[in-house]
Amino acid sequence: MSETFLGMPAAPKGVGQLRGDADFPAAARAALADGQLRRNIGHATATIRAKRAKVVGEVPDWQQLRRAGEAIKAATMANLADHLERLEREVTARGGVVHWAGDANEANRIVVDLVRATGADEVVKIKSMATQEIGLNEALEAAGIAPVETDLAELIVQLGHDKPSHILVPAIHRNRAEIREIFLREMPGVDPALTDDPRRLAMAARAHLRAKFLSARVAVSGANFAVAETGTITVVESEGNGRMCLTLPRTLITVMGIEKVVPTWTDLEVFLQLLPRSSTGERMNPYTSTWTGITPGDGPQEFHLVLLDNGRTRVLADPAGRSALHCIRCSACLNVCPVYERTGGHAYGSVYPGPIGAILSPQLTGVADNASLPYASSLCGACFDACPVRIDIPTILVHLRSSVVDDHSRVSPEAVAMAAAAWTMASPGRFRFASRLLRLGRLIGRGGRIRRLPLFLGGWTEARDAPVPPAQTFRTWWRKR
Amino acid sequence: MSAREDILGRIRAATAGVTAPAVPRDYRIFGDHASGDPRLLDLLTDRLDDYKATVHRVTAAELPGKLAEITLGWSVVVPPGSPLPLPGAAVDDDLAYADLDRIDAVLTGCAAACAETGTIALDGGPGQGRRALTLIPDRHVCVVLADQVVQTVPELLHRLDPARPLTFVSGPSATSDIELNRVEGVHGPRTLIVVLVTA
Ligand code: SF4
Repeated sequence: MSETFLGMPAAPKGVGQLRGDADFPAAARAALADGQLRRNIGHATATIRAKRAKVVGEVPDWQQLRRAGEAIKAATMANLADHLERLEREVTARGGVVHWAGDANEANRIVVDLVRATGADEVVKIKSMATQEIGLNEALEAAGIAPVETDLAELIVQLGHDKPSHILVPAIHRNRAEIREIFLREMPGVDPALTDDPRRLAMAARAHLRAKFLSARVAVSGANFAVAETGTITVVESEGNGRMCLTLPRTLITVMGIEKVVPTWTDLEVFLQLLPRSSTGERMNPYTSTWTGITPGDGPQEFHLVLLDNGRTRVLADPAGRSALHCIRCSACLNVCPVYERTGGHAYGSVYPGPIGAILSPQLTGVADNASLPYASSLCGACFDACPVRIDIPTILVHLRSSVVDDHSRVSPEAVAMAAAAWTMASPGRFRFASRLLRLGRLIGRGGRIRRLPLFLGGWTEARDAPVPPAQTFRTWWRKR
Repeated sequence: MSAREDILGRIRAATAGVTAPAVPRDYRIFGDHASGDPRLLDLLTDRLDDYKATVHRVTAAELPGKLAEITLGWSVVVPPGSPLPLPGAAVDDDLAYADLDRIDAVLTGCAAACAETGTIALDGGPGQGRRALTLIPDRHVCVVLADQVVQTVPELLHRLDPARPLTFVSGPSATSDIELNRVEGVHGPRTLIVVLVTA
């Protein structure tokens, strides 16, 4: 299975953040022992779930929007090369410069060289999954350039010498008292009388970053969407740190995965409805910025767009897995996932946690490098129901599990020591029950599909057919080893 | 081979024979109400309230008095050529960021607004100025004309030109990064005041 994508390089080892130090079960065991972490994550996911349900419920055409989003993404991937060439043409015509990076190392080199050319020794950064994925901050630091994370949560993570634990709220594993301590310890010039009131903490971050924004010469951002036909880049955010970075510095460098392109301006009307409601549970996020190349007299006068592969063409080459590239990084699947809720994001070892991480990370790195992740799921299907672009995560998980099983000679013994994950899934009785039901499904499934599933799985199969799980489920599989 | 040719070659190999599905566009494009309908103004007000923005509704005749009242005691900056009536406001003739940072409030118009999501779009057009102008001062007073208010997100985007730099504002900046407590007002203007002008 792993040889199917010959010629399609995986994301390289030794750089960036797609592989953990420990495999999922070992990392999950540590996470499960941390009561504070579990409480914080549980509270966060429950709160966001409720907000999302409310604002999704008020959209009468939500299912039509999901189907449109799914189709736009599939149609984009089908002609991805053409759309990227169009994007390149339009950005260039408007005064931007487009760079192509085959992997993390190339992307880092390009960005470091661009920053060096400006003479700046500090860059302000907007939260960006792509730059975390490639380990850009480490590369900048190695080159003597200080990356300043400006998203509040990323700042907390950076100052705490820590790793993000959630796509949307990366510091959700920290409580206010810990954040206060981190600020007092790491923030130069902070008021020693700082309390742990969230408002006071946010204002401390504002004061800390204000001078940096007003004097920054270079900003680095990611992109939520890039419109091929117009060359327009879009960044969706809440705090205004994004606007600061996208507006004030002279030079803007945007690092974007090649899958973020959408064909037309009209397509944005779908995603600007799907993303905020799925992500933060808001009708619209406070700020969205779009820009097209350079506008004289307004905003950065030098714009670079770095288009990143880093394993994405490998994902694209697998017909059964490529829809993982449709992800718009809303994090809804994390918030509904019973496994994520118990382990938090760190256990996944990658910048992409939760259900999307369980399918995306192993495909980007090659399954052998993240062999335990496809098992970090109970296949309950909640992620599919929540996904605004209808990515069939459970089916891809099953597909990747069969790759792991086919490829078991490459799987390390550690990868199959799944005790902690087993604990997770066995703990609430319903997971055991669910997996039994799913095994039953194997007996009744015809043509590889299950038409209906009883009880809580019903909500899932109403919208789609459930994949038939492989004869060997996760639980039986790990027990045998 | 260059990285560009490599990547494009890999993409073409990976997608050979894949056909693009048709995109179903049966979602709502147009709302139930025409732009400027009083029900849309109510909806927009409700949404902005929800985001902790302040909304005033005035007639065109009342606008000068209301702007003077809102900005009483503040230093105010307006974009060059601003048609908005506020005597004594400073004009942004490419002020340094540090100067903008010392001004209490910025007064602008907008390009369009979406009622369902409580979103105001700025496109740098007349009365709006460059992006830094509506970003650095701590208060943004934004005048929205009734017929600029549409119902749906697709209607909003149809009114905008992607070639211009666009900023979509839905309430003041906010963060929920600390234990999910929402704090309004982080890096962008901490106060958003919307003045909705009816005929
Ligand atoms: S897979 Fe779907 S639900 Fe999960 S983050 Fe991506 S878009 Fe959101």
